[in-house]
Amino acid sequence: MAENSLSAPAPKLSPGLRASLPVLVLLVAGFLAPLVTVAAYAFATPKSFDVFRSFTLQNFAAIFDANNTVWTSFVWALALAFACVAILLVVCYPIAFGLNKVFGKWSGLVSVLFVFPLFVSENVRLYGWVLFFIKNGVLDGALKWLGFPGGPDLLYTPGITLFGMVYVYLPFMLFPMTLGIAMIPRDLVDAARDLGASRLMIWREVELPLAMPGILIGALLTFVLAAGAVAEAKILGGQSVITITQDIEVAFTYAQNWPMGSALALILVLIVSGLALTAMSRLDLDKILGKR
Amino acid sequence: MSSVAASPASDSLVAQKSPRPVLQLVDVRKVFDGFAAVDGISLDIEEGEFVTIVGPSGSGKTTLLRMLAGLESPSEGYITLRGELINDVPSNRRPTCLVFQSLALFPHMTVGDNIEFPLRVRKMAPEERRKRALELMAKVRLPEDYYSKNVMLCSGGEKQRVALARAFAYDPDVLFFDEPLSALDYKLKKLLEKELKDLHRESGKTFVYITHSLEEAMVMSDRIGVMRAGKVVQIGTPEQIYTTPADRFVAEFFGEVNIVPIRRADGGWLRRDGKPVAVPSSLDIAGDEASVVIRPEYMRFVTEEAGADNTLTGTIFNEYSLGSRLQYQVRSRTGRTFLIEVPRAAAWKGDGEVTIGWDAGNAIVVGG
Repeated sequence: MAENSLSAPAPKLSPGLRASLPVLVLLVAGFLAPLVTVAAYAFATPKSFDVFRSFTLQNFAAIFDANNTVWTSFVWALALAFACVAILLVVCYPIAFGLNKVFGKWSGLVSVLFVFPLFVSENVRLYGWVLFFIKNGVLDGALKWLGFPGGPDLLYTPGITLFGMVYVYLPFMLFPMTLGIAMIPRDLVDAARDLGASRLMIWREVELPLAMPGILIGALLTFVLAAGAVAEAKILGGQSVITITQDIEVAFTYAQNWPMGSALALILVLIVSGLALTAMSRLDLDKILGKR
Repeated sequence: MSSVAASPASDSLVAQKSPRPVLQLVDVRKVFDGFAAVDGISLDIEEGEFVTIVGPSGSGKTTLLRMLAGLESPSEGYITLRGELINDVPSNRRPTCLVFQSLALFPHMTVGDNIEFPLRVRKMAPEERRKRALELMAKVRLPEDYYSKNVMLCSGGEKQRVALARAFAYDPDVLFFDEPLSALDYKLKKLLEKELKDLHRESGKTFVYITHSLEEAMVMSDRIGVMRAGKVVQIGTPEQIYTTPADRFVAEFFGEVNIVPIRRADGGWLRRDGKPVAVPSSLDIAGDEASVVIRPEYMRFVTEEAGADNTLTGTIFNEYSLGSRLQYQVRSRTGRTFLIEVPRAAAWKGDGEVTIGWDAGNAIVVGG
């Protein structure tokens, strides 16, 4: 390496930087540029396309106006996301634990199988659930055919929205959680037991802390995805509750008010990334893995 | 200690022996998918003993230890602890503790928290726990300021000490060791072997240690058991095992040896090259085939002034320095390789042609 740089003294670009140049260009053009544009739009004149040419805080003023009820959309989105993560934690831990017990080191691979439903479009899968829950649909119809009075009226409620989110985001919690649990060395559990610990104490003092990186990554991933969820509330929830993502979509499409949509999007990004970063700073991977 | 399940069989098993062994194994077998990893071991371990089980990898010594610690249960046979059957007592209810090969320290805890783990299990008060942990750290020679250090930042030797202190914190009747020193460098290993021996003497506890290293076993043990293919082929003091190995396997396992195959003929014994062999007069071998085992240090160069009971000629083709001693490889006329080890002062001065030999009293003859 040293010899190379001596013989070719031309541009002072480290080999690592040179090699990562294509990816950098792609990230700047495809990832950073749209974000910057959205951020710029948030400060443009309302209902205009004067991006980069105007600067105003009117969009934010409108959002924080006391008469504006858009805050309920934020609350719904975050509440649903929190509830979704909480349910997923409870549902996925036993599954991940079981996978590790049964499949051992192959459990990570097996949990990939849970990702297969993602190959089918989310909307298609959600419409499948609509057919299941709709009046005279799979559930209702089957119950009636069996002589029961019919299924409960579940469709188009906040509850079914939450159900849809749990269903869609389950693989994103299960996969990191399974990997996290797989990282617990068998010897440590044996040693804890050998030192007299009960099952509960082993779980609390050894298994849970060591699986924590996987659990937290799963929780973070599903929270960020769930906070940006839109299809569940629209298709299954039938707009019984409006989430912020839907407001943003409406602002960009029907309302043709890109600056307003951008301002809402920017606030959502700030809230979600603020929460995520707070959680990340608590999660000291190096410390948990004992590297520091 | 916590109560262990009593069994009607246990009293009769123990009554035969005195003094009462702390651990007793009777015909213990462990079968995995039709393969007997441990194939009928009977063994008594006395109170306060340091017993080492040695054997090559795959000899079943780890499985044996895991059964003693309660991490596996035997397929057949009995394991009793102070006269009580413990076959199916889970490891967390046994007054025994295992120091793992990996040490199994909790990586998310400090040194202090690791050592206090068994004390937390017993719900000891925090100040008392801390006091006990610091006492134990002093005992295993860990500096006091390590108490709040992340255990993964400790060096290999320090981790050993933490694991040891944690095991002592459990205050077990018997400590098991699954070759915990195998990953350390030579010098540190030697130091810790001696410290472990000291700890054993000071604590008066029973230690059961397994290793594949002869040296480790020799330095520390009161008794050594040699395992091969799931069975204990010989058990005795290091001295007994070294000087009178039960068979060729034990002899070869315990260091470099010269093997001379011999066969019975007309009331005496002959070598392959037809020469008669002088063997100890008290020899008691059943079959017609046997092996003479001579350690390299009992082989010597034969000169006109200093003869030997048995001699052979050959050529030196290798010379190694072992520090204070020299080792030569000699190829005999029949093509066998012999090892001969002499003090540096007695280095061979002549040319490559040598006559080497041994006295009958210095050789061991084993069957097969």
